[in-house]
Order: sequence, then C-alpha cells, then structure tokens
Amino acid sequence: MSASLSAIAYLGAAILFILSLGGLSNPETSRRGNLYGIVGMTIAVLATVFGPRVTAEGLPWIVGAMVAGGAIGLYAARTVQMTQMPELVALMHSLVGLAACLVGFASYIDTSIAFEGAEKAIHEIEIYIGILIGAVTFSGSVIAFGKLSGKIGGKPVLLPARHWLNLAGLLAVIWFGYAFLQVEDIAAGMTPLIVMTVIALLFGVHMVMAIGGADMPVVVSMLNSYSGWAAAATGFMLSNDLLIVTGALVGSSGAILSYIMCRAMNRNFVSVIAGGFGTGEGAAPAAAGAQPAGEVTAISAVETAGLLRDAKQVIIVPGYGMAVAQAQHTVYEITKLLREKGVNVRFGIHPVAGRMPGHMNVLLAEAKVPYDIVLEMDEINEDFPDTDVAMVIGANDIVNPAAEDDPTSPIAGMPVLQVWKAKTSIVMKRSMASGYAGVDNPLFYKDNNRMLFGDAKKMLDEVLGVLKG
Amino acid sequence: MPLTIGVPREVFAGEKRVATVPEIVEKLIKLGFAVTVESGAGEAASFDDAAYRAAGAQIAPDAPALWSAADLVFKVRAPTPAEIGLMKPGTTLVSFVWPAQNPELMQQLAARKVTVLAIDSLPRTLSRAQKMDALTSMASISGYRAVIEAANAFGRFFNGQVTAAGKIPPARVFVAGAGVAGLAAIGTAANLGAIVRANDTRAEVADQVVSLGGEFVKVDYEEEGSGGGGYAKVMSEGFQQAQREMYARQAKEADIIITTALIPGKPAPRLITAEMVRSMKPGSVIVDMAGEQGGNCELTEPGASVVRHGVTIIGYTDLPSRLARQASTLYASNLLRLAEELCKAKDGTIDVNFDDEAIRGLTVIRDGTVTWPPPPPKAAATPAQPKPAGAAPAPAKKSGHGHGGGEAASGTTLAAMFGVAGVLFWLIGAFAPASFLAHFTVFVLACFIGYMVIWNVTPALHTPLMSVTNAISSIIAVGALIQVAPPLGGMTAERPSGWILGLAVLALALTAINMFGGFAVTRRMLAMFRK
Repeated sequence: MSASLSAIAYLGAAILFILSLGGLSNPETSRRGNLYGIVGMTIAVLATVFGPRVTAEGLPWIVGAMVAGGAIGLYAARTVQMTQMPELVALMHSLVGLAACLVGFASYIDTSIAFEGAEKAIHEIEIYIGILIGAVTFSGSVIAFGKLSGKIGGKPVLLPARHWLNLAGLLAVIWFGYAFLQVEDIAAGMTPLIVMTVIALLFGVHMVMAIGGADMPVVVSMLNSYSGWAAAATGFMLSNDLLIVTGALVGSSGAILSYIMCRAMNRNFVSVIAGGFGTGEGAAPAAAGAQPAGEVTAISAVETAGLLRDAKQVIIVPGYGMAVAQAQHTVYEITKLLREKGVNVRFGIHPVAGRMPGHMNVLLAEAKVPYDIVLEMDEINEDFPDTDVAMVIGANDIVNPAAEDDPTSPIAGMPVLQVWKAKTSIVMKRSMASGYAGVDNPLFYKDNNRMLFGDAKKMLDEVLGVLKG
Repeated sequence: MPLTIGVPREVFAGEKRVATVPEIVEKLIKLGFAVTVESGAGEAASFDDAAYRAAGAQIAPDAPALWSAADLVFKVRAPTPAEIGLMKPGTTLVSFVWPAQNPELMQQLAARKVTVLAIDSLPRTLSRAQKMDALTSMASISGYRAVIEAANAFGRFFNGQVTAAGKIPPARVFVAGAGVAGLAAIGTAANLGAIVRANDTRAEVADQVVSLGGEFVKVDYEEEGSGGGGYAKVMSEGFQQAQREMYARQAKEADIIITTALIPGKPAPRLITAEMVRSMKPGSVIVDMAGEQGGNCELTEPGASVVRHGVTIIGYTDLPSRLARQASTLYASNLLRLAEELCKAKDGTIDVNFDDEAIRGLTVIRDGTVTWPPPPPKAAATPAQPKPAGAAPAPAKKSGHGHGGGEAASGTTLAAMFGVAGVLFWLIGAFAPASFLAHFTVFVLACFIGYMVIWNVTPALHTPLMSVTNAISSIIAVGALIQVAPPLGGMTAERPSGWILGLAVLALALTAINMFGGFAVTRRMLAMFRK
C-alpha cells in the first residue's frame, strides 16, 4: 500500500469517526454510529499495518499484542456491570494515557527519526507535552478508578498548601522542559524527561485525590478530554494527521462534557478541579446558610405503594443511591406495573446524577426502561406542578430547593429538579445525612414531603410486593 | 402521678360531636393517661359506652362525677357556666374557646383558677402545629358537608349525563372563598361531576383551586389580599366594587353558590345581595358557611334553611356536627397530637411549656392568669418575605439552556478571547515551521468539528459517548504500530530497537484492550436503549 493510499485511508477513517460521534445524537442512529467507529478503526489499523511504515517482520508482534489486548478488552466489556461503567471508563482512560507515555518514550529514543533546528525543538516539545499529558491522564485515571470502585475513599484528600504544590510542580515541569531542550544526546535528555514524568504522575494523583465523589462526573469527563489531547499530542509528535484529528475530536468531546457537568452544578471548572465542597475557604458560606427547621414525616413502604397507586402522574428522580443499591430493575418492575394500571410514570434525570455523564440513563436502559419516558431536567422540570407523586431515589443535592431559594446556600444557583412542586414528594434515603455538598436539604422538612428510610432496593422490593398484592 | 383525661357529654343544643373516640382512647392510654368518659358522651356520634369501655376507658355515670374525676378535660364546645361550676381548681381544659369573642367566659374560667388551652388559638402558620389544627379539620368537614347539603336541596344531578332521552348539563357550582372549607367544597363538588368555579381575594390560592379540579375566577382589580397568618383582609372600596360585579355575573350563571368568606375578628363580608339572589335560577341553592358570623348572603338566616325568591338558602352553623362521627374522629386525632406535645415523656403527665411556640399560642389561661393574646410570633416564623428585587433575577438568567457555551459571553470577554487567540496565532505563524502549521491547521479545524458534533449528542447518551470516544482515542495504536518494525534503511546501528519494540508492543496491547473493550461495551450499552 502506497503512502498516498494510506493517507486517503486515514482520511476515510477520520470521516467515519466524525460520523460515529454524530450518530450519538439519537438512540435510533447511535448503534449505526458505533459501527462507523468500528469500521473507521479497522481501516486505520489495517492501512497502517499494510502501509509503508510497517515491515513484515513486525506482523507477529502486532498480531500477538492485538489479540492479547483485544481478548482482555472484550472480556472486560462482556462482564462489566452497568453500575460499574464509570470505573471501566476511568480505567480505559488510564490505558490511553499510559500508551501515550510509552509511545512518547519510544519516539524519543528512536534515532531513525532525525530533525534539525526549529523542527527538532518542536518535535522535542511535542514529545515532552505528549508524555506530560499522558502521565497526568494515566495517574489521574487510576486514582479516579480507585475512587469510583471504592478502593480509595471518596472523601477529598487535601494536602496543606496544595495550590502552591501544584504551582511548584508546574514551574518544575517548565524548568525541566527547558533543560530537556538544551541537551545534545538522548541519554542526557532522559533525566529531565523522567523527572517530569514523575512530577506529572504525582500531579495527576494529587489532582484527583482532592476531588470528592459527586464531582466525579466532571473528573471523568475531564480525563476523557485529556486522553484525547494525549492522542493529539502523539499525532503531532509522529506527524500523523489521523491521530491529531481523532485526538481533537475526543478532546473537545470531553471538554464539552466537563462544561455541561460544571454548568449543571453551577460551579466553574477551576473550582471543581481546585478541590471539594465545604473545605478551606468554601466553608464560611455553608455555615451561614439558614438551617431549615421542622419535622420530617416518615412513611412506610405500604403507604408509598398506596400513594403511587392513587397517583395519575408520577416522576421518578434517580440518583447515585439507586446505582449503589442496584435498584434499577425493581424500579422498572414498579414502573411497568404502574403504567399497566394507567399511571403515567416518567423519569427525570439531572445531568450530574450518578458518577459520570449519562450514568442514570444507562442504568435505566439496562433495566429495560424505554428511553422515551426518561427525560432530561430541562424537559421535565415544568411538569412537576401537575405531578401527583415525585419519587426521589437516592438523590439529595440535585433536588435541594435551597439552590433556588437561599442565595447564601453553597449550592445556590445550581439548577435542580423541582420535586417539591409535586403534590407529594417521597424521598428514599438511608438516613438523614446530608448530601455530598454538606448542605441540609429543606425539601425533607416540607409539608408535602415524605421520607422513606431504608435501603433503596429493599424498600422498593417491599413497595413492589404491596403493589402486586 | 398519671393524670385522668375526662371527656364530658356535650351539652350545647344540637351538638353531636364528642371530643374523643374509642380508637384514640387506646392511644391516650398508651401515653400513660387514664381516660374517663361520661356515659352517653359519644351516643350522638354513634360511639356507645361499651366501645369506650372496650378501649380501656372508665365510664362516669353523670357530669359531676366526670368533672370531679378529671385533671385534664377534652371538650368540643366551650364550657357553659354550669360546667365551669363543676370544674375543680387546677384542671386543664382543652376545647374551642374563641377568647376574642367570649370575654365573659374567659373571666369566669380565670376565676376558677384553671388552665385553658383554646384549640382555636393554635398558631396555624407553624408547620409543626398542623397536625393539631382542629380548625382546619373542622373546616374541611364543613366544606364537604356544605356540598352534600346543597346536593340534597338541589333538584338536579351534579354531573352532566348523556341519556337515551337527551343530554343533562352538569351543575354549575361557585365557591366564594378558597380557604380550607372552600377547597374541600371545590374538591367534593368537582368529584361529584359539577363544573366548579371559585374566587378568593388571595390570588396565590389559584393553583390550589385548579389542582382540585376548579376554575379560578379573578376579580378584575389589582390588589394583594393576604392579611398575614394565612387569612384574608378587608379589601379597598374599588376592589369591592369590582368584586360585586363579578359575583353578580357568577350568581346569574351558577346553580349552587357556596360561600365561606371570613375575616378574623370581623363580621362576615356581605358578598351575595338580595338582588343577586333574585337573579338566580329558581331551584338554585346557596349554602352560606359564614352563618355564625352573620352570613355572606344578605338573606341568610343563621342556623336555618329558608327559601327566598325560589332559591334555597342554607345557613346551618353546625355543619361539622352534622357529620358527627367523622368530625369526632378527626377532632380526637387533633387532640391526641396535642396530648403528645404536652406529654413528651409519655408518662401521663403534662407540661405546659411556654418556650414551645405552638403551646404558648394555645394557652389562653394558665393557672387562673389570662395569657391571651400571646406575644407576636418570632420573625423567623414568617419566611415569606419578598426577596430583594436586585439579587434574585441574576442567577435565573444563567440557567437558560442552549447549545454553544460561548453565547453567554459578553462583548468584552469575547473581544479579549479573540485578542488572545490573535496573539497566539501570530506567535505560531511567526516562529513555527511550515510542516507544523499544516498539522496545526488540521488540529484546530478538528477541534471545531468536534465542538459542533458533540453539542448535538443527546444527554441520555453521554455515557456511551464517553466509552466510544474512549475506544476511538485508542487510535494511538497507529503511533505504536509504526514504531514496531519501521523500514530502517541502514540507520540501524544506534537505534535501540529492542527497547522501542518492547515499548511499542506494550502500548499496542494496552490500546487494543481499549479499542476492543470500548467498542464492545458501547455496543452492549446502546443495545439496551429501547423505546
């Protein structure tokens, strides 16, 4: 295959990738979109393997590595539970980051590629930045995986003077980058390169450790973005336009997702990355917020079933608690039963519900909930006043009326699902503990709110039992 | 020592209610109290002595025996002078009292050295107090009963029907005043199938009217009618004029008018004039629930049902008592909640705690000292202060949803962004070699394509989007592939091929995990999205 032919093949692959992302605009076309992605990837890999840059002696290695990796990947894809999707995605980001590092090092020690003057400097900068982004993505994703899978505590870990530590790290990276450009031979360049890699790895760990559980959607999408930029940097390094285009697509996708997540929490990106809620300087307004007073009214599963049975319009608002309790299947059973009885049951999804963008949609889809009754916050919010029962399953901050009513609240201005406008709201919770933001929720004290305490799965099973009986 | 709760038979003429019912007696005993009920107390509400006895109550043969045994008396109506004479000093009385309307009664009670909790003086805006709010439970019963009385007197169906013989139009009901009683009337009438319209001077109740199946009729005049504490206030002359016109219109159209308009401490407003009654269709019904305070209709005779100009005007003042069993049960439940508040220790003793806002409001006489009216409630109890106008609208603007994040950027930020971008582009153009620029062009354009494409992705598919972009980012494999075994052409001497091969093969294996795993898991997820 000639160089031109493989270049055209790359162009075709890039177009297929764009179509693949475009297909996701609608669940109907999304399956075809995924197929475009697979075809594009196959073309890209085949065009490279049979292209001018790979000789026959590499084939056994290539086939071996692809088969081994592919087998692991397919096995993981088959066995992963939908509630574990965030972990899997984080883990996959780390692989991209690590691969970018390895390719960067390999490219640096490869003497067969030689440049002179400004081109050499640019090539070295590309290597340096590529490895930097790759290393941050790698270590950050590994920590995110640990946090999401519960292997590392979800609480933000904040070192003293952490902003200064980050700044010092950045300055060191710039300084070693300068040193890296000055050296003449490859052996001498390894020292600054490795030191920088270590700093980048530590920076990735430090950054994600400082972020709490519910900010994870932002982190996961940010790491998604980084893995794209790492691919783009690798593309610059290797002068490969396909990598650049694909990396840019993935990078901007992740960046937009991070932006959407931040907007859904009414926080800016920097403050999410800089650290968790209710810590350091952020603590003062939390204390100043008026504490809601009054009594909460608890109800039983039997009463909940009664309310649901008598309702005409029901909106279910799921949160991370539903994922933790693995309650989505029971939720669907209840939904099916109620819909058969003529109750209009729908779902309201907040953009940051769960631990990654779209997490709740996937869980509900897994439980066979038809996607046309699963609505976004903006689509369903104005329907709450006409709703008889709004049922909140394992969510807290995303239904907190203080975000709208109390300008001093730490979450003031965050768009929330207005469940309190329904005739009755039922909140399923394990206890009265406050949510991630550490803000008490006035919803619980409203007259039309009922609390159903207990494990979501167990309680919903009881509700289902009563509805069936 | 546990106290004895005494429940006398109501002596007021026509009063059928009783202050506790057997079901609640059991719960009171669980709180540690002993309960004594006067023989025949529940008879009119269909609770016989045997039922009380079965629930664990003692039966006192007559009123003197009961009053002398009781430390805590639960009653419905305020006590008569004769009953006050039977009270022993130190007794605590819980009943309706209406201290503002009955100053003499207050004096007699105070002279008797007793403690009086007037259930009608409960601070109603306290959400904690709602479970004890007997006024609300009685009002809601009245509203229900008012519709039943109207239906009884009305000669037609409530619901519209299509029969073989022809069509029957539904009854038109107009409810004046959408308080608790009014809302109960709206709900009941709507459930019977009537077309219900309602009006209230407090515009904020419109939503509640609609939610119960009614239609809210506005008065064509701008004025705020909330008088604090959830009650209405007296309105201006201009408003009243507009209101009269509206009522005149409604009277002509309605088959049934139910009036519930009350203003605390004032005679009931005259909403329905004799003229309006004359304009109504013959056979129409007016139920005037404000009969006790003089009536909302000019022609109402309190306590009676009369026919004027062909219109039945019902002015019963004992609507709750006409549903005695239900009213007694609800009233007893309210008093049980009060007993729970008074007896937090569940040991059968009571603590009239003046630090508790609800109890302070209820207590009109303590040990012979008049403690009514209570001090004004703390400012914290009225959170409905209008927000400062300047602060509120600002965050609302932000929540506007739309595509393209940059649209909110103001002119100056936009200019600054273009400035920075311009400088960066100039720097790159000035110093970078041509080969880099070619790649850079591709990169920037690809970023823009990504931006456009991603905004079109539906939020429901954000997780599949992440896993598919993840799979796509394993395009890094291409980088590893070209390092495995490139055509070297003589430069092999210095190249550490072993190292490069190792790194490249490892990178390839890692990206292969991602590539296959990412696409496979996306496929698995997307297959789940079904209509």
